Amino acid sequence: MSDMRDRELTTYRDVQLSPDFSELRRRFRRFVFPMTALFLVWYFVYVLLADYAHGFMSTKVAGNITVALLFGLGQFVSTFAITMIYVRWADRRIDPDAEKLRHQIEGEPQ
Amino acid sequence: MTAPLMLPLATDIGNPTVNFVIFGLFVVATLAIVFRASRNNKTAADFYAGGRSFTGPQNGIAISGDYLSAASFLGIAGAIALNGYDGFLYSIGFLVAWLVALLLVAELLRNTGRFTMADVLSFRLKQRPVRMAAAISTLGVCFFYLLAQMAGAGGLVALLLGVSGRTGQSLVIAVVGILMITYVLVGGMKGTTWVQIVKAVLLVIGAGIMTIWVLAKYTFNLSSLLGAAVDNSPAAGEKLLSPGLQYGATGITKLDFVSLALALVLGTAGLPHVLMRFYTVPDSKEARRSVSWAIWIIGIFYLFTLVLGYGAAAIVGPDAIKAAPGKANSAAPLLAFELGGEVLLGVISAVAFATILAVVAGLTITASTSFAHDIYGQIIKKGQISGDGEVRVARYTAVVIGIVAIIGGIFANGQNIAFLVALAFAVAASANLPTILYSLFWRRFNTRGALWSIYGGLSSTIILIIFSPVVSGKVDAKTGKSLSMITDTSIDFHWFPLDNPGIVSIPLAFLLGWLGTVTSKEQVDVDRFAEMEVRSLTGAGAEKAVQH
Repeated sequence: MSDMRDRELTTYRDVQLSPDFSELRRRFRRFVFPMTALFLVWYFVYVLLADYAHGFMSTKVAGNITVALLFGLGQFVSTFAITMIYVRWADRRIDPDAEKLRHQIEGEPQ
Repeated sequence: MTAPLMLPLATDIGNPTVNFVIFGLFVVATLAIVFRASRNNKTAADFYAGGRSFTGPQNGIAISGDYLSAASFLGIAGAIALNGYDGFLYSIGFLVAWLVALLLVAELLRNTGRFTMADVLSFRLKQRPVRMAAAISTLGVCFFYLLAQMAGAGGLVALLLGVSGRTGQSLVIAVVGILMITYVLVGGMKGTTWVQIVKAVLLVIGAGIMTIWVLAKYTFNLSSLLGAAVDNSPAAGEKLLSPGLQYGATGITKLDFVSLALALVLGTAGLPHVLMRFYTVPDSKEARRSVSWAIWIIGIFYLFTLVLGYGAAAIVGPDAIKAAPGKANSAAPLLAFELGGEVLLGVISAVAFATILAVVAGLTITASTSFAHDIYGQIIKKGQISGDGEVRVARYTAVVIGIVAIIGGIFANGQNIAFLVALAFAVAASANLPTILYSLFWRRFNTRGALWSIYGGLSSTIILIIFSPVVSGKVDAKTGKSLSMITDTSIDFHWFPLDNPGIVSIPLAFLLGWLGTVTSKEQVDVDRFAEMEVRSLTGAGAEKAVQH
């Protein structure tokens, strides 16, 4: 099976058109594009609130802790969370298949 | 809180001898490491990319060292101390920006390039014009950033080491430049990386100790620390705790902040000295781990600066900070002195100084690599040159850049050029990032699109800066003093209202990339595109680590 495919995938163009690669690219893009949109939207919502909604942002929640401070710390939390989620996801869902394709292309023993 | 602290001028506090000794120890230790690392500097991959043999965590720490410049340590802490929440907004932009690098750029770039950003941009387009454009943009960003750091070194020395004379400061700038040349010449990327690692560890530990110290003073209650900061800042008061103190004045300043936020969040993933660090690891998985480590370190560090900034407001007070020679930049050192006396001040000063040294070394190796590899090796010699020949040119270039940086730094010392860092980010976000993303993800993208986007982004950013208030015509309403680079208030040629050009130049560069592409008849090189796409995702054919 694997020998057959080694012979089929002779050029990068063949690999690019193969179903395995298409699936890998689709999976990668379906994760990173929405995730990028998500954090950019969340960041700009925060920036615009900080810039144009001073009243709301200066509301005190507890003691001297303002809404603005919680939103700002929320940006840290979301950044750390997205980092962890992505690294775990890519280790499991991208690396094994990417490595398989790489071995097929480079013709190394698996 | 209490009666105003009777603080002497910062040049009188601390003990310059202690500062010099601690800083001298750093220099000796890093030079020893650099000479050790240099023993394995044989090939171009060794010199440019540290043999691609650093681990993800090591590279992540080095990235933090490269990224956390004196501006982020002293600048952000000071901005928070004086402008409260608005200072915090900077650090959030600087941090969130790393997600662009993590999700869209780092791994794909590692898999397709060899040494520089231009390797990736010119991969499937016409080699020479695109490589030239990418190299010019790389050199531009490095030059702006380098000049800002070198000029800052002069001011920092005045503050930290008590060197106040013009000649003395020039001498220190020259010493910084010579040390930087030595690191790069001897150690190459490997030596430079170790300098970054040592510096990042010292910086995070130093800031961490101060953070815990400050929090301990307020029984680890953030709310009472904030309360003390408000009580000690009668002018700002409660406004310290919410946004708007610096950017909320008028509609223009608010728009300016949106513009800055855009450049910060999109600039990081286009900074050439950051991109080049992804080549120092063996594969894309390690590149991913690098960014993950960098995000954690940088994020935690910015949380420290939040505490340090409000701590400086509460313990040192805004009046004492404003009266000190470095103004906002002196907030963290003054806080160190209040907490731990001259020893802690010495440590923090040395760390801040080491920070400048490490950042300029990283910029120098990036600029010399881009010149030697892209312009000399690939464009002038058309790739017909040995790795050794290229590295020799890179070393010469490093010396030239070092000398230019010393002269530029001495010339710019004391000038109001803090905007250069923001300019570097704006250029990176406008000239570099659109082309990086288009060439990785848009099949149809072609040479004209790349050239229009890079040159259009670069020139629009620089032109808008030249005709913005940061260069001429910005006057402090209260004191009547000039806040621009040109301090003569009678000279005013600005017509662009914002300090930050990103809100115009970044969309413009994306638009030009699209427009250039759709108006060009150039056929897509399907084979090169297939190779780029497959390599970027699978890592097939990626450059391997050097085995010694």
